Amino acid sequence: MFTTTFARSTLVVAASLSVLAACGGGSTTAAGGDGGPIAVEAGDTACKVARTSVNTGNVTFEVTNKGSKVTEFYLYAEGDRILGEVENIGPGLTRRLIVEVTDAGKLQTACKPGMVGDGIRADFTVTGEGRKSVDTNQKLADATKEYQRYVNSQADSLLAKTTEFVDAVKANKVEDAKALFPVARTYWERIEPVAESFGDLDPKIDGREEVIAEGQEFTGFHRLEKDLWTTGLVADSPTVADGLLTNVKEIVDKAKTVELTPLQLANGAKELLDEVATGKITGEEDRYSHTDLWDFRANVDGSQAAVAALRPVIQEKDAALLATLDTNFKALDDLLEKQRKGDGFKLYTELTDPEIKDLAAAVDALGEPISKVAEAVAK
Amino acid sequence: MTGGLPRRRLLGLAGAGVALAGAGAAVGALTTDRPLEVANTAGLASAVPFHGEHQAGITTAAQDRMHFVAFDVKTTKREELVALLKEWTEAAVRMTNGQEAAEGGAVGGSLEAPPEDTGEALDLPASALTITIGFGPSLFDGRFGLADQRPPALIDLPHFPADDLDPKRSGGDLCVQACANDPQVAVHAIRNLARIGFGRVSVRWSQLGFGRTSSTTQAQATPRNMFGFKDGTRNVKAEETDTLRDHVWVSKEDGPDWLVGGTYLVARRIRMHIEIWDRTSLREQEEIVGRKKGTGAPLGQLAEFDEPDLHVKGNGGEPVIGVDAHIRLASHETLNGAKILRRGYNFTDGSDGLGHLDAGLFFIGFNRDSRTHFVPMQQALSTRDKMMEYVEHTGSGHFAVPPGVKEGGYWGDTLFR
Repeated sequence: MFTTTFARSTLVVAASLSVLAACGGGSTTAAGGDGGPIAVEAGDTACKVARTSVNTGNVTFEVTNKGSKVTEFYLYAEGDRILGEVENIGPGLTRRLIVEVTDAGKLQTACKPGMVGDGIRADFTVTGEGRKSVDTNQKLADATKEYQRYVNSQADSLLAKTTEFVDAVKANKVEDAKALFPVARTYWERIEPVAESFGDLDPKIDGREEVIAEGQEFTGFHRLEKDLWTTGLVADSPTVADGLLTNVKEIVDKAKTVELTPLQLANGAKELLDEVATGKITGEEDRYSHTDLWDFRANVDGSQAAVAALRPVIQEKDAALLATLDTNFKALDDLLEKQRKGDGFKLYTELTDPEIKDLAAAVDALGEPISKVAEAVAK
Repeated sequence: MTGGLPRRRLLGLAGAGVALAGAGAAVGALTTDRPLEVANTAGLASAVPFHGEHQAGITTAAQDRMHFVAFDVKTTKREELVALLKEWTEAAVRMTNGQEAAEGGAVGGSLEAPPEDTGEALDLPASALTITIGFGPSLFDGRFGLADQRPPALIDLPHFPADDLDPKRSGGDLCVQACANDPQVAVHAIRNLARIGFGRVSVRWSQLGFGRTSSTTQAQATPRNMFGFKDGTRNVKAEETDTLRDHVWVSKEDGPDWLVGGTYLVARRIRMHIEIWDRTSLREQEEIVGRKKGTGAPLGQLAEFDEPDLHVKGNGGEPVIGVDAHIRLASHETLNGAKILRRGYNFTDGSDGLGHLDAGLFFIGFNRDSRTHFVPMQQALSTRDKMMEYVEHTGSGHFAVPPGVKEGGYWGDTLFR
């Protein structure tokens, strides 16, 4: 009894110390699901792992560097695929690594004194129930393939229409360029989440003036939009147009090779509506041309395409959600179609406040169920 | 002392112990004008001393409510500005004491005159009110002979990517931050200072904050921001005097002399697209922040105050705290050791006309040199933080905060002497 009480109070002291020592690297004792944390003594020539067999679930390692060199600790799956690692452990320090191990199998642990080489290896066994991978589901595989076809077709059109737009700018055909601007952007906006995943290309192609970092150049669609609608084409407009085409070519190549997961599809459908809610509904996106409704329509198209690809999966997992999505997509479609004018749409500046408010409410109504698609897909 | 009755009615207090403590001090207030109560961290209702080496409202335990205001100086006469600062100081001393803004107060004056105090804080305790003043870059433009006194660190803040600053919510010659545990007490303070200033200053913009988003003492629990996450876990705390010396207070070597013991205040009105955030999966929210939503533990760790470990990697060798996670980019480990004392507040200014709440976080940070602290941090966040997709900076201000006022002194007396 005495020892138990003593141990408990030590724990309490240790815990409150770590709270106070906010900058002191305090550690709280882990209560792991499989017998608590596994101590690892990492020396210069040895790597002592206290337990080498666990069940699936969260595995916590407390790695102490007992050697004289800065070290690292790794947990590898077959083929040296990294499941978890903690780097840069100085002599005398203890650091924590929590790894979620979902499948049974033969793993390896490794300490790497001096942070070089293959390290000091040992086998580490995981037993127990595995979790089936969602990728095995044929419907999901079909969904990603179908969406990939959509991305490819939009990417082709994006390149074609951007080329026409760029040609018009370079030929100083201002009216043609203005007419082509929202058309080329339509294909961009339909696959925006895919394009955005290629970090630095997105701001170069689609960056708005205020988003550009100091020292960076304002280029791409919106720079040419500003030229066309406010100042008129200027000396370096053709150069900017060439740059746009180069960047669009690069992104089209990348978009066609990207491999999407079903979860990325679901999140992409949601992100497209987020784009509408933060950029298009406020008229911020196309502030010079006011062609925001073209982009709006394209974002909704893209979202719809992702949901369409996932349709059989959503139907199976959550039929009620699919019904709600259909209803709310239709409501938004109906509102948008009312704003058609000629080949395209009314300008943002031609919309009344109540019309904008109605569109915003319809986007919110759709955004809520769309945000639940990922969970349904992951079920 | 005519009309010097303490604003607070003792019967209005909840606890008998508190009332007793107040009663003893109230006698003092009647006779010697001493503070009703002196407390730095204890008691939500008590008074915080106005005088000291540093201004109150910086390391003071963060109160729950805030009213922040920026003023344009309208007078062009230096002596009128100095006179105003003296009057303001006097009113601030009284109000932080739990007294009315001026003698006579709300009901003690002539029936034919408008009351000296606006009255909405009658019957309310001091509520830990602090009033803190700052001087903006534009105050040093030459109107008041201060051009050569402008601290080099009081820069015009650069444009950060994705800034969408509203000029009507930015800048200002002066700022006043009023914090209290009762919103009415904070608003009362700003309202009365603005009233005293009519003709000499005019309100440029102001901001209400309804809930603190940081802790400035170790005894305070970490509050949550409008994203639902604990905010300010690693904030600089009042007890960390060495960190305050190194990262918050302007030293003699830093200069200028008039600002020694002071600091720099950066205010940023950060609108959050909370409706969009609310549709984001828990996993993504946690990855964006770099912490667990429930416990506040850094990803890869177990408890809130565990140190984030930026060197832990997970599946596929990807960092557990992502390269674009908020807490990585804002951490002193990635910012040359720079730390900022944060003292921000949640706000909700009604709605935006499109069915969305105009809500967010009013960031207030204090640092020793914004060029080495705030600016690099914001540059890192504005260019790489994944959270930027959900926020928009809509207002901004930068102010030099003079040192504390000594008994008998006034706000800015080191600058105007």
